Amino acid sequence: MDFSILTGNFDIYMEGFYNTILSSVIALVGSFLLGALIAVFRISSVRGLRWFGAGFVEFVRNIPLLLVVFVFYYGSSALGLSIEGFAAGTIGLAVYTSAFIAEAIRAGIMAVPKGQMEAARSSGLNYIQTMVHIILPQAIKLVIPPLGNQFINLIKNSSVLTLVAGMDLMYFADIISTDTYRTFDTYIFVAIFYLVLTVPLSYGIRVWERRLQRKY
Amino acid sequence: MDFAGAYSPENLKFLLDGLYITLIVAFAAIVLSFILGCVIGVIRYTKVPVLSPIMFVFVELIRNLPLLLLIFFIRFALPEVGIKMGLITAAIAALTIFEAAMIAEIVRGGLASVDKGQIEAARSSGLSSFQTLWHIVLPQGLRRMVPPLVSQFISLLKDTSLAVVISLPELMHNAQIVIGHGYTYTIPTLILVAVIYFTVNFMLSIVSRRLESKSI
Repeated sequence: MDFSILTGNFDIYMEGFYNTILSSVIALVGSFLLGALIAVFRISSVRGLRWFGAGFVEFVRNIPLLLVVFVFYYGSSALGLSIEGFAAGTIGLAVYTSAFIAEAIRAGIMAVPKGQMEAARSSGLNYIQTMVHIILPQAIKLVIPPLGNQFINLIKNSSVLTLVAGMDLMYFADIISTDTYRTFDTYIFVAIFYLVLTVPLSYGIRVWERRLQRKY
Repeated sequence: MDFAGAYSPENLKFLLDGLYITLIVAFAAIVLSFILGCVIGVIRYTKVPVLSPIMFVFVELIRNLPLLLLIFFIRFALPEVGIKMGLITAAIAALTIFEAAMIAEIVRGGLASVDKGQIEAARSSGLSSFQTLWHIVLPQGLRRMVPPLVSQFISLLKDTSLAVVISLPELMHNAQIVIGHGYTYTIPTLILVAVIYFTVNFMLSIVSRRLESKSI
């Protein structure tokens, strides 16, 4: 393997690496907020909100991520707003991932025994207090492993940014390989950059899951 | 927005040609990745010395890399080391390897979920360890694998869209070309493509629900 490709283009690699991390982190925060909102819709007592939540989740989960990204990239320019590739890609990632996170949060809330809600309510806490102090702290432990998995997916999926000129790792790798004519070596280093992020994360999630299993 | 123009007979035919390639590639990759994933999953489950650790590393490596990178690598980097493939073959190969790693984990999890008492009972009734695996563990494990397997197949079908990176003329690639004809075509085309993906995947999930209710 030719390490001069890595050392000679280190700044270009790092710019892409930085943008990949930035996009994944922004999309994680965005998809968590949107996902939590959709999860609340899905367990709400208002029928209209429940239907909207279910419809959103079903629809988004059954279309490709790339299509969601294209909606924000090409769709916005068709409507006269021009959104840059990085922003369109990150918004697309957040919207797509929120459907999966909504399901994880919903499952976490449902997994808390019903007696907890009843006990809290009969001790005089109102619905919101019960949710904030009793249900959510218990649910969050169960939600962390699937959330971590979604973060890994986000890091991997952020590679679609390259298809809308989103300045991520894959995008800059393309520039390096056009420059060096060494596609194989260039992309081996790209793979290592991704693994540096994803392998420790998957290991951490596995440790957390094992700790959870021991407790119950 | 020019619905009539975007949905002209030529454009519709062009998009359906894309859908045809999407379905062919997805079908081939589903069959091949299921076979490969079952083999790897059983090897991981049975803990064969040497072979199982190798499969563990393979599965971990592939699961932690972006599929987009894999598709690009197989098509454009492998020829540098003498491995050349056609467009469709490269797409099927990348999808098969990626999804097989996912399916291997589903298979291993499904097999591991079979009650240990079942294995002990089968072994003490005189069945060999292979007979136990084939007649006792696999049939019970497979039933539990159906829901996660189907959602993996839906992912696979969505993931075929990533082959735009190697210009495979599938649905998303052809949609991008139609969008390129004029910005008035953008939104009608995105809507139609979303409906097509949603319909195909929704039918898959209905089939899976049928299978679940039959098998349990």
